[in-house]
Amino acid sequence: MAKVKSLAELKAMREKLQSNLDLREKSNDPDSLVQIKVAMATCGIAAGAKQVMEHMMEKADELKLGIVFTQTGCMGYCHAEPTIEVKCPGKDPIVFGHVDNNRADEILTKYVMNNEMVEGVIPVNYETI
Amino acid sequence: MHVLCCGGTGCYASAGAEIIKNFETILAEKGLQDEVQVVRTGCFGFCEKGPIVKIMPDNTFYTQVKPEDVEKIVNEHIIKGRKVTDLLYMDPENKEHVADSKHMGFYRKQLRIALRNCGFINPENIDECISRGGYEALGKCLSEMTPQQVIDEVTKSGLRGRGGAGFPTGVKWGLCAKNKCDEMYVICNADEGDPGAFMDRSIMEGDPHSIVEAMAICGYAIGATHGLVYIRAEYPLAIHRLQVAIAQAREYGLLGKDILGSGFDFDIELRYGAGAFVCGEETALIHSMEGKRGEPTFKPPFPAVAGYKMKPSNVNNVETFANIPIIITKGADWFASIGSEKSKGTKVFALAGQINNVGLIEVPMGTTLRDIIYEIGGGIKGGRKFKAVQTGGPSGGCLTEKHLDTAIDYESLSAAGSMMGSGGMVVMDETSCMVAIAKFYLEFTCEESCGKCTPCRVGNKRMLEILTKITEGNGTMDDLQELRNLAAVIKDTALCGLGQTSPNPVLSTLDNFWDEYVEHVVDKKCRAGVCKKLMSYEIDKEACIGCGKCAKNCPTEAISKTDYIAPGHKLPSMVIDTTKCIKCGACISGCKFNAISVK
Amino acid sequence: MINVTIDNKQIQVEEGTTILKAARKAGIHIPTLCYFELAGMKFENKPGGCRVCVVEVEGRRNLAPACATDCMEGMVVHTHTNRVINARRTVVELILSDHPADCLVCPKSGQCELQSLAQYLGIREIPFKGEQSHYRQDMSPSIIRDVDKCVMCRRCENMCNNIQTVGALSAINRGFSAVVAPAFEQDLVDSPCVMCGQCVQVCPVGALSEVDDTRRVMAAINNPKKTVIVQTAPATRVALGEEFGMPAGTIVTGQMAAALRRLGFDYVFDTDFAADLTIMEEGTELLGRISKFMAGDKSVRLPILTSCCPGWVNFFEHNFPDMLDVPSTAKSPQQMFGAIAKSYWAEKMGINREDLVVVSIMPCLAKKYECKREEFSVNGNPDVDYVLSTRELARLIKQFNLNLKDMPSEDYDNPLGESTGAAVIFGATGGVIEAATRTAYEVFTGKKLDKVDFTELRGMEGIRDAWVDFNGTPIHIGIAHGLANARALLEKVREGKEQFHAIEVMACPGGCVGGAGQPYHHGNSEIIKKRTEAIYREDLGKPIRKSHENLSIQKLYQEYLGEPCGHKSHELLHTHYFDKSKHVEISE
Repeated sequence: MAKVKSLAELKAMREKLQSNLDLREKSNDPDSLVQIKVAMATCGIAAGAKQVMEHMMEKADELKLGIVFTQTGCMGYCHAEPTIEVKCPGKDPIVFGHVDNNRADEILTKYVMNNEMVEGVIPVNYETI
Repeated sequence: MHVLCCGGTGCYASAGAEIIKNFETILAEKGLQDEVQVVRTGCFGFCEKGPIVKIMPDNTFYTQVKPEDVEKIVNEHIIKGRKVTDLLYMDPENKEHVADSKHMGFYRKQLRIALRNCGFINPENIDECISRGGYEALGKCLSEMTPQQVIDEVTKSGLRGRGGAGFPTGVKWGLCAKNKCDEMYVICNADEGDPGAFMDRSIMEGDPHSIVEAMAICGYAIGATHGLVYIRAEYPLAIHRLQVAIAQAREYGLLGKDILGSGFDFDIELRYGAGAFVCGEETALIHSMEGKRGEPTFKPPFPAVAGYKMKPSNVNNVETFANIPIIITKGADWFASIGSEKSKGTKVFALAGQINNVGLIEVPMGTTLRDIIYEIGGGIKGGRKFKAVQTGGPSGGCLTEKHLDTAIDYESLSAAGSMMGSGGMVVMDETSCMVAIAKFYLEFTCEESCGKCTPCRVGNKRMLEILTKITEGNGTMDDLQELRNLAAVIKDTALCGLGQTSPNPVLSTLDNFWDEYVEHVVDKKCRAGVCKKLMSYEIDKEACIGCGKCAKNCPTEAISKTDYIAPGHKLPSMVIDTTKCIKCGACISGCKFNAISVK
Repeated sequence: MINVTIDNKQIQVEEGTTILKAARKAGIHIPTLCYFELAGMKFENKPGGCRVCVVEVEGRRNLAPACATDCMEGMVVHTHTNRVINARRTVVELILSDHPADCLVCPKSGQCELQSLAQYLGIREIPFKGEQSHYRQDMSPSIIRDVDKCVMCRRCENMCNNIQTVGALSAINRGFSAVVAPAFEQDLVDSPCVMCGQCVQVCPVGALSEVDDTRRVMAAINNPKKTVIVQTAPATRVALGEEFGMPAGTIVTGQMAAALRRLGFDYVFDTDFAADLTIMEEGTELLGRISKFMAGDKSVRLPILTSCCPGWVNFFEHNFPDMLDVPSTAKSPQQMFGAIAKSYWAEKMGINREDLVVVSIMPCLAKKYECKREEFSVNGNPDVDYVLSTRELARLIKQFNLNLKDMPSEDYDNPLGESTGAAVIFGATGGVIEAATRTAYEVFTGKKLDKVDFTELRGMEGIRDAWVDFNGTPIHIGIAHGLANARALLEKVREGKEQFHAIEVMACPGGCVGGAGQPYHHGNSEIIKKRTEAIYREDLGKPIRKSHENLSIQKLYQEYLGEPCGHKSHELLHTHYFDKSKHVEISE
């Protein structure tokens, strides 16, 4: 990676990165990818997030689902760790709490594959800038 | 279509279960069970207006739903697509019904500024950070602003130190910039030591680039080229993510020589702390970084004059830094429009204790304790009664019911006898003993005192001994007097902030829960049933059937048979020898006949 | 200048003046405990830890420590309000609540600053009952650590690390358990401690004290089989009087000798005799090295470093193990005396070595260790058996109901009691090298000195240097007192930044007059200056002021030793040094 040499270059870079992201997120194309973010701060990891993420990745492979998994920081729901955010193409992201292996399977087979809601949704109750 | 019913303890206990049942029944009757799915969710955190029902995907938010309202919702909303207006949330200000939850004022109760990227970006990927505007503030400073303008902007924003004392950040930067010399330091205090507070860790783990960027901005503003992060070694993940972020920023030329072609050089090193609470005090932190004993020295001289290696240094904590980039990009006026008169912006709190939604929250300054506890926090666990909330960690105090409507900011919290601290917030209900709570915090302070000054080294120890005496039933009214005197002297004479604030938990509980202290001292009673030595276990000889299970469970053989056989029973009842009893509670948990009680 | 108001008094002080100093200037007493200043020696201890000196500053939320708070323009200070007095009292009560109340048997009783403070505040009972700190007792040959009594004033730590750069003592543990101790709470003997004892000199309480050898000495005196002789170091004669209410700088040489006889010593000799002997040996060694060097032998190690100070010897053995061949090999005067007493004199008197007990009266605590070094004994019998500090001697004299003031002035016994003015100035910084210069000059040039006093070598500056003209050969002399100064000077030499022919080092600030075994000066550096002046007065009053003119010394060489640095001298009067550097292994 070459060094960013000016503010203008940085801004151009941001736009490019953003449009790539938007393309992926806003697309209604059913083939486009589902994104799952796993809250992996220390507390999430301690509650089992890492293991759940590994399990979900295996399961997604098994079900031949095209899912992009990413780690992210603390979502703030300490009472419901591990938490994950699932973003299906064209839909609002949904946060699930208390995700163990069983619930992870359920989320994949029911929500991701069939748009069926499963227990454990955590309503997002904040505004962000 | 989905119907989301709040499954938080509050809603679920009141009518939630019935509402879900009604939805399922009615939808089945109408043959809609396949199209519409009913799901129980976590707490919406809006318990005051519960039970809550939310219809997806159009985000319609119904409040105070009763089981009998379900039919109407199904008929009107689900079948006919018309919103049930009288169940919609009514904005208390303009008296208008709000359908879409995203427009509800409630959602403004939490505003994430410092935590803006936490949970959104992959913290180990600088591109995600840049795509959300990361490093643009640094770019703006370097190419469009003079260092003085940066300091002015931060000053104008009204941002104050989030580490606890609330010193205006811009002023601090300005003081440091005045002592310009060729070796200056920007220090990030990441030694988060308050028990229960973990916002700094979360920020570093979730958005490390904001710290890197803010430190570079600070370096530019005060004229420093070295950044140091003093981070506790117990935070391995935060350390790892900061290291990754620093490496990526270097790779992109956002750290190092000639950043963004501006000629400004800045780089950051990590320094590890062993996790001493007192090293959160800036002079102690600096001594620790220098390889000396981590203990505070008297200020002045302030670090802005003689800090790390006796060079001018600016120390800010993680959360303070996390606010900087956004202040630069969105402007001081925007930031200053949030919060209360003297405390601008938001504050992150670690909400813990006997509360439903334990978690990390971020609210604008000036939010009331009531909003935090009952709306965001989802109220007290098990529907029990609120008793107190402890803010500010071991340096803070306990606030009561009468403070619930206090708009919290630096000033109001100190006026109420507590403090902002780094943002720990522990909610307590009637099962908490306030004397024991004061003792708990003092134990922490005694453990973490550096031992340099007499009041903190010996005074806190003596206060703890008096409190222990009281919780063990040996306290006198004179002890309470002595506690007050000692607390006042420690507050007045201790060397550093840790020592000066250490009596706060004792003072605030003495002020707010005097009766409880007196009960411990005079009546030898602990109403919360926490202080073991003040409790006695007793067997009701009429209720006891003499099965002897309690005697078997008792680890100290304190329970034996009596000669008395209660009417209707065949075996003699049991009795507890209180001199042998260690109050472990094993007898109670084994008794099926509720014959044993604690007094 | 800035204006402050303290207790309604308008005071003008220079910027950077603390409230404490401003108040003192105005005659306002603010009690202190941890604060300690040795003016002129660059030693000021003001950690602001004890909080005894707190005062009320208008406009400030909390009380401020007067010792660590600088005056600001317009500042209004109240030093004795109810709030201040209550806080001060409570703070002292708290300190007392964690302090053993064994004043009856405490070595510091009567000199203890905490005791005086409690009396000043009229504390009659300690309201706080609770746990007291307990630590392992520790004793080196010189120093006893009874840190249950430590009040965390940090004076010793500051002294040990900043003035002496020894680094043996530092605060360890936290909170209530915090205490000053060697790292990892190891014993002093396993630490880099050089036993200079300056920590003892500054300790306000009885946490650090000297090892007391008075009972062992009295037992020897009371043993009819033993002949017990005593030597008195130069600096003791200008300080002992203080313990008997005499002004600092009173010379009590004759009274001390008389008192020692009354205590039962069989012979009273003088370390000054051995100091003259040291000059003969060390001076000869110096001239030997210089002559060789000037003849072109580049393997000669210069500068020569003096080796009479045992704290200094320990210090370079710990810190400069690469330079062990640089110091003079001459033993210290104390050890030369012991060696001569137990050979030459014992033979002369027909006393068996085993039946002869040599006691030294020293201003020093490191001497207690020095006499126990293995190389200073013959078949397990030490050349010097016991060392008493000036303070211990004063205690003994008092115990025998003797008052130094009433003592007649008596002479030392001979031959080991004869000495010159050159010997007496060993007691002050610069004195050893001046004494050496007096002799070296005359031996080197073969000329008589016109002026015996080399005032350019005197003074209180921590590091000094001077060029002395040896009849056309310029000789560069360095002087350091206080081990930080010694370290700085020696590092310069090691790095080749400065060249010297000879360097004198004394571990204690001021030299032996400021030694750790001397009466407590409680931070009053005037006392040290007065003692120094007395040393030079004593020198002036001596009929002979050059070591090589000491007749007993000349006789000793004729009768016994042969020539300086000769075979016999080497055997009896020279030593060698050991690498004692401490490597702390920290296991992962």
